[in-house]
Amino acid sequence: MSTSRIFDIAGPRQQRRVRIATTVSLVALVLVGLVVAEKLYYEAQFVSEKWLVFYDLDFIRFLLAGLWVTLQVCAVSLVTSALFGILLALGRLSSVAVFRIPAIGVIEFFRAMPFLLIVFAVMFGLPSVGVSMPAYWQLVVAITVNAGAMFAEVFRAGILAIPRGQREAGLATGLPSRHVFTSVVFPQAVRNTTPALMSQAVRVIKESSLGYIVGVAELLNNARVVSEFTGNFIQAYLAAGVLFVVINTTVSYLGARWADRLESS
Amino acid sequence: MDDLLKALPGLLEGLGVTLYLSIPAFLLAMVLGSMMAIFRVSRVRSLEVLGTLYVEGVRNSPLLLILLLLVFGLPDVGILLPLELAVIIGLGLYSGTFVCEAVRSGINGVDVGMVEAARASGLTTRHVISEVLLPVALRTMIPPLATVFITTVLSSALAAAVGVTELTGATRVYNLVAAQPFVAFGIAAAGYLLINLLIGWASAKSERLLRFNQ
Repeated sequence: MSTSRIFDIAGPRQQRRVRIATTVSLVALVLVGLVVAEKLYYEAQFVSEKWLVFYDLDFIRFLLAGLWVTLQVCAVSLVTSALFGILLALGRLSSVAVFRIPAIGVIEFFRAMPFLLIVFAVMFGLPSVGVSMPAYWQLVVAITVNAGAMFAEVFRAGILAIPRGQREAGLATGLPSRHVFTSVVFPQAVRNTTPALMSQAVRVIKESSLGYIVGVAELLNNARVVSEFTGNFIQAYLAAGVLFVVINTTVSYLGARWADRLESS
Repeated sequence: MDDLLKALPGLLEGLGVTLYLSIPAFLLAMVLGSMMAIFRVSRVRSLEVLGTLYVEGVRNSPLLLILLLLVFGLPDVGILLPLELAVIIGLGLYSGTFVCEAVRSGINGVDVGMVEAARASGLTTRHVISEVLLPVALRTMIPPLATVFITTVLSSALAAAVGVTELTGATRVYNLVAAQPFVAFGIAAAGYLLINLLIGWASAKSERLLRFNQ
């Protein structure tokens, strides 16, 4: 158990208390479950036609098509935000004030803005200054700006965490300072920050659901189409939710595995 | 300047709604998140599983999906809530997962040696928790909880997507009417920056206060 070192090993009295609490909580949970089920049954939510989204192949295929677009948006956005993030991180770490100060400004500003405000700014603000693009790219740009600022902080922390000796050793072997960064410091920083980057990836996947607002046919938007077509809102959004949870827990799990490997090496 | 004065009333009202949504939502998140964190460290297997399912299920779904489920789904089962209340509940549910993780890592982050020393000196489990574990854990929880509060305020912008005119929604409306993106988005950005700074300041202040009591 994860917390067993904080808490003492349970004695007979505590074991009895744990048993009582388990029984009481199980009974309570079953009661709550029954009340909810009764309500759902009463509102005719258990009729099999309502759950079509979960077994009708056409609906499933439509949602999976949305998921495919979600994954595409995320793949593109992850690349662009990683590039933007590296640029910002290098700017913030630079000793030249002309690079450093704007980088700090951009990072802190976009970290303090709600994602939807950025989306609206891209959708409604940019066209009025003559920058218009298709919905897909509006979503990618909004994610890039927002996630780029987050990635920048992750990269910066990763670069600062590399021991100074690594850089000094690189310089001592005669590598030019640029190569010391690209082939000694940066690869190690990426390796160490991969778990943090994975949790940012989960964030990006969730942010891509704003295709619902922008008008990109990604998973949540397709779920909306299904819900309006069938009139079954709960089932349509639950189906999308299941897919989001599956994808995101997989990504988090891979991140945690990587973190374990780093710790043991 | 004139445009600024014309835009301000509507946007300030939006800022008020943002606070009206995010403060109760954060309080709900604190209660729910702390409860779930206690469940997850409780050793009562059924409660641990409940806490884990809640955190993994809700944290991995987009907030917009949760809001849509509550706003469009609840009426389907005969539960009619005011729109704002549905948003507060959704936001509270979502932020609660982050509160839970902050509280849990605060508890798990306490130095094991300190707890063992407390036990060795003869304190009972209850006193180990109330006199040693919690005072230390609470102090380390303040910065992450402040971050969760800031995230809650920022996430409340999604209320605009289900039809509540808070700061982000008001910005969009004003921009549609007046077609002045710089004024509209500028004021909104200033509003969010202000909230960020205030919460950051309050967090630093309370952390100092607690350190003084040590």
